[in-house]
Amino acid sequence: MMNSTTTPKNKNKINRLLTGLGAAAFWLVMWQIISMLVAQELLVPAPSVVLKALSGLIRTAEFWQSAGLSLLRILLGFLLGIITGSLAAILTTRFKVADALLSPLLRLVRATPVASFIILALVWIKTGNLPSFISFLMVVPLVWSNVESGIKHIDNRLLEMARVYRLGWFKTLIFVRIPSVMPYFMAACTAGMGLAWKSGIAAEVICRAPLSIGNQLQSAKTHLETPEVFAWTITVVLLSLMLEKLLVTSAARFGKRFNAGGGN
Amino acid sequence: MAIVFNEVDFSYDGINKILDKFSLAFPEKGAVCLSGPSGCGKTTLLRLLAGLEKPQGGIISGMESIHPAFVFQENRLLPWMSALDNVALVCEGDGRVGAEKWLNRVGLVGNEHKMPGELSGGMKRRIAIARALAAPADFLILDEPFTGLDKPLWKSIADHISDIYADKLVIMVTHITEHAYSLNAKVIKLNGPPLGYKY
Repeated sequence: MMNSTTTPKNKNKINRLLTGLGAAAFWLVMWQIISMLVAQELLVPAPSVVLKALSGLIRTAEFWQSAGLSLLRILLGFLLGIITGSLAAILTTRFKVADALLSPLLRLVRATPVASFIILALVWIKTGNLPSFISFLMVVPLVWSNVESGIKHIDNRLLEMARVYRLGWFKTLIFVRIPSVMPYFMAACTAGMGLAWKSGIAAEVICRAPLSIGNQLQSAKTHLETPEVFAWTITVVLLSLMLEKLLVTSAARFGKRFNAGGGN
Repeated sequence: MAIVFNEVDFSYDGINKILDKFSLAFPEKGAVCLSGPSGCGKTTLLRLLAGLEKPQGGIISGMESIHPAFVFQENRLLPWMSALDNVALVCEGDGRVGAEKWLNRVGLVGNEHKMPGELSGGMKRRIAIARALAAPADFLILDEPFTGLDKPLWKSIADHISDIYADKLVIMVTHITEHAYSLNAKVIKLNGPPLGYKY
């Protein structure tokens, strides 16, 4: 008989957690086997060696400073990117002139390789600001195209309902337009966060931004400290996953509160 | 003041006329049932009455300062809002109180906080009706309002409509004569396009 506290929902959660842990354990074992087969720490360090390097790093002030500053720089670029991308989407769906001017530019930015931007921007922008700028550039076209698509797909029948019941532009915006676009916006934010991290760290590596994860990665590589390269990479992945989780959770909470207030 | 269509023209594509010099005077109060074959222009007529379309010729008078409530053919509920919030959204003042009262009257007690996606087709229909009845309006437009509802239920809802709109105009589109009779509606048989009618 099933325990009264173990609801099917909880059971599903436990199953998912166990599956996730099992998969992680499998890949750790694979990593261990590969490192044993290669038998060269310089090429593939064992998980235990990387863990040791990571635990050494997190005891230093430089680790926290680098991680914190990278986080700040990339988050700044990401936030500016989602604001600019959303505004661009509103403009391109509202005004034909804005669409004619901005859409080709944003498509061009989306198609250009990130390395080209990093190298070009290195000439114009201070190294400390470059990761923010690159993250911003990568996020803007993604948010723009998603939000634009969301605005174009707002159900006209719901807008007609809002018109008939004279909800007014503000209530229509809050209760019809924004919730309609929200899934597109959230998908862009989740994908954009990963992209901002990858491009931001790449920019830090190339421009050697002071006190940054990218700079630490580059230094570790130059000094042939492969376990440290792995440890910094794990840091980047963990921070990225953590932010993504935070984003998804807060969006779900925000959405719930949003809906509960309707009609008051 | 009665709503009057005076030689109204309307076409979606500029070629095929749905309304061609169409004239019709609606009574100031009471129920009118519009019936006719699919595609004859009933929905276009309702859209013109709701102000969702503008006539391309002629005049619709009597609608300058009055506003409708509309039970659309599809429910048009906001899927991200609960049944209660969907109704409360269109209410005046403390929307939730009025919304709760109307949801109770259409037999949705205990389902106020459910989302439309969690409810059956008939329940969603009743939310759409409750929304229309809760909204402050001068006349009521009903497009196949009782589709998917059991007879005792739609009869009781029809009684509520007759009560609230006793001194106002109700315009209903339906293919089911019984539905028209439940509101004591005067039946206008439509044909077209272009739209024509006979009593």
